[in-house]
Amino acid sequence: MKYLYYPGCSLKSTGRAYEESLLETFAALDRPLSELNDWNCCGATAYMSVSELKAFALCARNFALAERQVGTGEECNLVVPCAACYLGLVKARRYLDEYPKIRRKVRTALAAAGLEYNSHTRVRHPLDVLLRDVGVDALRARQVRSLEGLRVACYYGCQLVRPYADFDDAHRPTTMDELLQALGAETVDWPLKTRCCGGSLTGTIQDVGLRLSQVLLSEAIKRGCNVVATACPLCQFNLECYQTAMSRRFHLTVDIPVVYFTQLVGLSLGVHPRRLGLNRLFVPFDFESAAPAEEVVAHG
Amino acid sequence: MNQTDVKGWRGWQKIRYESDLDPNLANEIASIPGGAQLYSCIQCGTCSGMCPLSSYMDYTPRRIIAMIRAGFKGEVLTSYTTWLCASCYACTVECPSEIAITDIMYAVKRMAIRTGAYPGRFPTPVLAEEFFKSVERNGRSSEGRLLMRFFARTNPLKMLKQAGLGWKLLRRGRISMKRESIRRRPELHKIMQALEHEHMIELETADRGMR
Repeated sequence: MKYLYYPGCSLKSTGRAYEESLLETFAALDRPLSELNDWNCCGATAYMSVSELKAFALCARNFALAERQVGTGEECNLVVPCAACYLGLVKARRYLDEYPKIRRKVRTALAAAGLEYNSHTRVRHPLDVLLRDVGVDALRARQVRSLEGLRVACYYGCQLVRPYADFDDAHRPTTMDELLQALGAETVDWPLKTRCCGGSLTGTIQDVGLRLSQVLLSEAIKRGCNVVATACPLCQFNLECYQTAMSRRFHLTVDIPVVYFTQLVGLSLGVHPRRLGLNRLFVPFDFESAAPAEEVVAHG
Repeated sequence: MNQTDVKGWRGWQKIRYESDLDPNLANEIASIPGGAQLYSCIQCGTCSGMCPLSSYMDYTPRRIIAMIRAGFKGEVLTSYTTWLCASCYACTVECPSEIAITDIMYAVKRMAIRTGAYPGRFPTPVLAEEFFKSVERNGRSSEGRLLMRFFARTNPLKMLKQAGLGWKLLRRGRISMKRESIRRRPELHKIMQALEHEHMIELETADRGMR
């Protein structure tokens, strides 16, 4: 079973810290990830609104490239951190498997470019890989800092667990909570963890988008968290970068660090905050004072 | 009103004659994979209750489903509802009749773009078009450039309001104006052409000169 990393467009720009922390975390676990060569867009939400079949063909090109890169006949795990890409690719994979008509059309189109899709690719989210393939024990064995002191609101967002995810529950997901708890953090009970953050509406119809994000953050703060952890570049961007705008718009104070869950895992593995992209945050996250260093663990 | 000429639609009428409705609308929408479930809607309203955006919509998701089934083509295609849908799939997961409501919203969006019936100056379809164009051409989207083109087409003044945010992102290396692209663009173009050439998809983009 081989792993390939599929970044998607956001992890190369607004979500750069997600890429940095993911790669550093996997490297610290001795499982370095290599990137899928010449990957293309996953055909996410905005593209799907124009043409569905083309969106599936885009995904199929990625699958075909992945299968070629790991070698023929071998099972490939495509590690996809972005929730929108994850959904897009999982959806395409399903439709290609379940609807012979779509599969035939897409395969014919790929053949015109000399590519072949054989359903050997599994789309996996890093949460799933870290918890199920790497495992809590292996993580703890490498842990150098406890996350004790952190009260994390785990935000899964919408497209990660709905409607197809097979690794977690669509209504009350727990994988991120389990992962961070295993590393010493406390997670707050927060019923809005899969409610929509507004997606691209914060850019297009800003009032509406800001409202959706603000509702999430205000409730998270009320529940007593000192940091919000996300698993999606767009969620992170919405929840973090618009905090001043929402404070001004709705006359309240929203001021809470929003990080990627991979950044927290990386910190507990002893990776330097800069290498995890924590310097790219708008709302600074002070790990040293939130989880004081005397809580050093020695699991061996 | 001419059934097919949704552009000529002139506002919402409270009473519609049977002859003004388009009985084919439901069939067209139901033709998407898994779309036939549309006919098992019991109008319970779970979708509208789950939807975090229904309070901003002109028609709630439940009403859109009913209107599709009844054939209110003009109302459905010109409505803001589908363009407010953020595709969070809350409705799809909760629907007791297992209707893929989010996918139906996508089907309506595509039909609205194809016929040019969507609310013209509304920002979301513009974003979808610009995103689609850049991916068709380069295989990837370049977030910085996408935003510039989006604001240029919708509200150039708003770009100035966003300048502060843009600057903060630039300083932290979180956005750039570089054009992102795959290396083997001809390969991708061949795939897309093959899909169009065989008439395997309706030329969803042709009549709007979007390529």
